[in-house]
Amino acid sequence: MDNWQLYLLLLIPVIITVIYKYIPMYGIQIAFRDFKATRGYAGSEFVGLEWFERFFSAPTFGRMMKNTVLLSLYSLLWSFPIPIVLSLCINQLRFHRYKRVVQTVLYAPHFISTMVICGMIRIFLSPSGGLINLLLGSQVDFLTQSNAFRTIYIASGIWQDAGWGCIIYLATLSNIDTTLYEAAKVDGASVFQRIMNVDVPALLPMAILMFIMSAGSLMNVGFEKVWLLQTDLNKATSDVIAVYVYQQGIENAKYSYSTAVGLFNTAINLILLFIVNKISSKASDVDFI
Amino acid sequence: MNSKKRGLSDKTSDIILVVICTIVMLIVAYPLYYVLVASFSNPYDVYAGKTFLLPSQFTLQGYTAVFADPNILSGYVNSIKYTVVGTIFSVVMLYITAYPLAQKDLPGRKFFSIFFLITMYFGGGLIPTFLVVKDTGLIDSMWALFLPGGVAVSNMIIVRNYFQNSIPRELIEASEIDGCSKLRTFVKIVIPLSKPILAVMVVFSMVAYWNDWFTALIYLTAEKAPLPLVLRNVLIRSSASASQAATISGGYAELQKLTEMIKFSSIIVAAAPMLIVYPFVQKYFEKGFMAGAVKG
Repeated sequence: MDNWQLYLLLLIPVIITVIYKYIPMYGIQIAFRDFKATRGYAGSEFVGLEWFERFFSAPTFGRMMKNTVLLSLYSLLWSFPIPIVLSLCINQLRFHRYKRVVQTVLYAPHFISTMVICGMIRIFLSPSGGLINLLLGSQVDFLTQSNAFRTIYIASGIWQDAGWGCIIYLATLSNIDTTLYEAAKVDGASVFQRIMNVDVPALLPMAILMFIMSAGSLMNVGFEKVWLLQTDLNKATSDVIAVYVYQQGIENAKYSYSTAVGLFNTAINLILLFIVNKISSKASDVDFI
Repeated sequence: MNSKKRGLSDKTSDIILVVICTIVMLIVAYPLYYVLVASFSNPYDVYAGKTFLLPSQFTLQGYTAVFADPNILSGYVNSIKYTVVGTIFSVVMLYITAYPLAQKDLPGRKFFSIFFLITMYFGGGLIPTFLVVKDTGLIDSMWALFLPGGVAVSNMIIVRNYFQNSIPRELIEASEIDGCSKLRTFVKIVIPLSKPILAVMVVFSMVAYWNDWFTALIYLTAEKAPLPLVLRNVLIRSSASASQAATISGGYAELQKLTEMIKFSSIIVAAAPMLIVYPFVQKYFEKGFMAGAVKG
């Protein structure tokens, strides 16, 4: 047997994963300790839930919770259905070259860095001659308005990733047995009826799966875009937990505190994932975990 | 037959679908096109709304300024270096993990699968990971960009499933009967036959490294910053100084004009490489996802 060769291949990935994935998991304990680098993880003083209590009583705690949940909830509700509708349309296109072009164009923004996307957003929203203000004939500085922040975040997110989100659905649709379409045609079904009676039922399990996965990361508001679009004046809606974790941990070097806040966030995520999975496995046969 | 048809005819539906898709396509493409046009225009004409369709006062000044800026240039060189090394590292990691896990008769296969899978759902978080990177001496080393990512597990599963489902069993068996070891079969048979998924994974890794700046923000000093992080000064911070610049005239106005031009051209310069690359492997995207969706 030459299985040893296979284990040898696995050796490097396993070592790297232990060091950079599993040791940090062990390091989470600093959320319950007053971490001092000189004393190490296990040697630092145990403080119980002190850091969590401090976070819950922070003046901006309520605001951050609300902003994190609402930003991702609205984001999920707005951006979830769009790739489904889009892929139903694209899938029915019969001119294959045109279909390819549509896909190429819709995927494009996904390949651009958030930094560049946020640069574009800032240019388009500029109060003096930004594209949006030119079109509206106004001079509004949208990024200083806290009631515009969520719209900016979500709309740009849809623009960037709705097309890319189609891939998984298009792959599912391309698996549909073509005899189903022919049978529907013989029965005199219109294109719309074919979509509703053949495509939609075929997409449903995948859509539920995708919904569970997004719901499980409800508290995972991406740090990057929020941080790049945040200004002092829109903090009322742009202050989210992820940015706080970064500021406290990296900028202020409050390692234990930041870890506790991050752990709290992860814990809520896991709970959400289990709840949604429970509900959906009752509603259908899709079981994700 | 026709009398049974309800609703719109197929031809009308085709037209409606094409119209919808074209509108969506324009919405997605126009912002990029607008920036492209603006990058060849006088910025004041851009802000005056004269460049909706075509450049005004055509100029390449923005691009010459971008490539004359030492920070942007070094960012570009750094990004190319990180993308090349990172992509090679990540794809090798994916392959050497996926191949053993694709062997259904490998003892311990289940243990290793779960070992990797757990890291997909649970991790140490920002600070515990940061501390390990620091303790392993990677601060200010480019390896801090690659190693903490470990194995990209969701991509690894796609590759593993591809090995299991899309490479003909007979070829592997024939090679083993010929006396090839597992490793030799991997190099001689499996890798050459996995080109489509290899292409997809190379592009995914390239895009991830080319666009990443957060890891570099945490672990690297300014001289080692990749392009997107360098552009943070140009794209994100300049808006703060714009209001101050308005009060000063003359030479500063010219500088201000150049700052605006650099914004547009640097966006194009940063986005173009990946936008040029991905259409070449686009046809493999769906296949790759499909191979990954089939349970192995």
